[in-house]
Amino acid sequence: MTDPMDRSTPQPLHETADATLSRRDLLAGAAGAIGVAFAAGLPLVAGGQGAKAAATAAPAAPIVPIDPTKVPGSPTTPVGARSIFVKPSRTPFGETTGNSLSPLQDLTGTITPSDLHFERHHAGVPLIDPSKHTLLIHGLVATPLLLTVDDVRRFPHVTRTFFIECSGNGRAAYREPKPDMTPQKVGGLFSNTEWTGVPLKTLLEEAGAKPSASWFLAEGGDACVLTRSIPIEKALDDALVVWAQNGEPLRPEQGFPLRLLLPGWEGNTSVKWLRRLELGTRAWMTRWETSKYTDPLPDGTARQFSFDMDAKSIITAPAFPQKLTAGTWPISGLAWSGRGKITKVEVSANNGGSWQDAELTSTTGVKAPVRFTHQWEWTGKDSVLLSRATDETGYVQPTRKELLKARGIGTDFHFNPIVGWKVAADGTVSFHGET
Amino acid sequence: MRRLMLLGLVMAAACSRDRASSASGAGFTGNSERHYKLGRVATADEIATRNIDVGPDGEGLPAGSGSVAQGADLFQKKCSMCHGPKGQGMPPAFPQLIGRDPKAEGFKFASDFKLAKTIGNYWPHATTIYDYVRRAMPLLQPGSLSNDEVYSLTAFLLASNEVIPMSATLDSASLMQVKMPYANRFVPDNRRGGNEVR
Repeated sequence: MTDPMDRSTPQPLHETADATLSRRDLLAGAAGAIGVAFAAGLPLVAGGQGAKAAATAAPAAPIVPIDPTKVPGSPTTPVGARSIFVKPSRTPFGETTGNSLSPLQDLTGTITPSDLHFERHHAGVPLIDPSKHTLLIHGLVATPLLLTVDDVRRFPHVTRTFFIECSGNGRAAYREPKPDMTPQKVGGLFSNTEWTGVPLKTLLEEAGAKPSASWFLAEGGDACVLTRSIPIEKALDDALVVWAQNGEPLRPEQGFPLRLLLPGWEGNTSVKWLRRLELGTRAWMTRWETSKYTDPLPDGTARQFSFDMDAKSIITAPAFPQKLTAGTWPISGLAWSGRGKITKVEVSANNGGSWQDAELTSTTGVKAPVRFTHQWEWTGKDSVLLSRATDETGYVQPTRKELLKARGIGTDFHFNPIVGWKVAADGTVSFHGET
Repeated sequence: MRRLMLLGLVMAAACSRDRASSASGAGFTGNSERHYKLGRVATADEIATRNIDVGPDGEGLPAGSGSVAQGADLFQKKCSMCHGPKGQGMPPAFPQLIGRDPKAEGFKFASDFKLAKTIGNYWPHATTIYDYVRRAMPLLQPGSLSNDEVYSLTAFLLASNEVIPMSATLDSASLMQVKMPYANRFVPDNRRGGNEVR
């Protein structure tokens, strides 16, 4: 008997009684993903043709057993992978200044898997050796401090779940709604994960932050050395310096090894690759908070330092490009507010003619999304499905018309209109943005 | 115009105060005793190396100077491949930098998202140009420009946007005096949650 752990020379565990496949077909087809020692010698596919086709292609796709209870499964692996039948994907766009949207339609519950968290960066994702990375805290402090990543990890820390939403999320759907937009396209610059880190207040107290400090500058260690000015009150409230996400160190595109995390605020302020905090008495007026993350208004002004993300919701299913058949369907989506908890989500199946409270089917976090559902009986008539969120301040998600009136078509950030999906009589579903 | 600029300064100051007035570091004591004794005291050199930020009051501007003419030459060599020889940009990746579109007079960006937010049309502070170019440009060689080169590029960008004369030379003293045409348009966030849409 050969060593069963030896993957270099494929060996069957036992002979097969099934003559449909030749030994050669099986070995070639099973090489790789399944683990040949376990898969070989057993009936794997519905017919010989598939296996023969697989035999000519390299590397071979795993062969799907007719009956998985009759075949030992694949061995354990150092790092897990998704089922071959599940293929969620971000939408990478741009090279050095890029974004990639999270596939909201492929996700359930409220937590975004770390590798599907949306990305937005302005000078590429830096490759940082954590043993060489330091965080400098200076300015209006008693003691300017230089902390290694290990130092930061030794402070008392907390684990909290918060969303991050880019304040440009939904721009295209707001300005130019199109029927073929998916939830990912409409709202994919939104993600929600569990973060672990030290309260910023703890770090600033350690440096002896002075009472005269009213703002601080957060600076990233990427190639644009991104900087944002933040009012000191956020440091006294709920700001964190995080190093972990969903139980493991931050992903590089999420700020490895250190990230500022400002719950409920526009994503750009949660500065990634954090390397410096400077305390001062006024905003620095960086490029990002002047020429970029400001919101033109119809009265000829531009709103600046618009940090809070307004309450918002989106139905993630049914959605384009699904096709429905008559019968029961769960209307499911996410709702969140940068000002605290969501208290109510309503859904309408008749384009806002009437609204019903949706069921909140997850815990309702603070500055973290809630999953809502409403079981809907589709009778085959033209329908428009909408969702509307209300938060604990009493803020009600506005229609697009209300937002256009308040901010204009050209406003550049903070898009939270009610949106939805049109279901045509033939079951096709398309984006409905003109609310 | 001068009055508008003054108004701009007042607004910028109001903007700075608005958010922070309720906190102003209250809660922090400035205590020099380190509770956890983690990390170490940063040296002056370590701070100086990273502390390259320039504030709207000119704080942080280094010694040196540069002229519009020098900047024009440098722009063609190091910036025009992305931003175009006339600073017209290649949106969306490479923004338009130069241009005083008459349609933007009156700051009508909310009604027309195709209006470019050029430096002259939109940017509220001249110091921001210096700070950003020094830390982030050129895109493929960030941090490679000398302080004089950054002054010259800042001068060129301001002159091309009709903010300073084409004959100008900038240094720290003159740059901190430059007032941007639309500085007075920037207002603090007046959204407060509750049952209103702003």
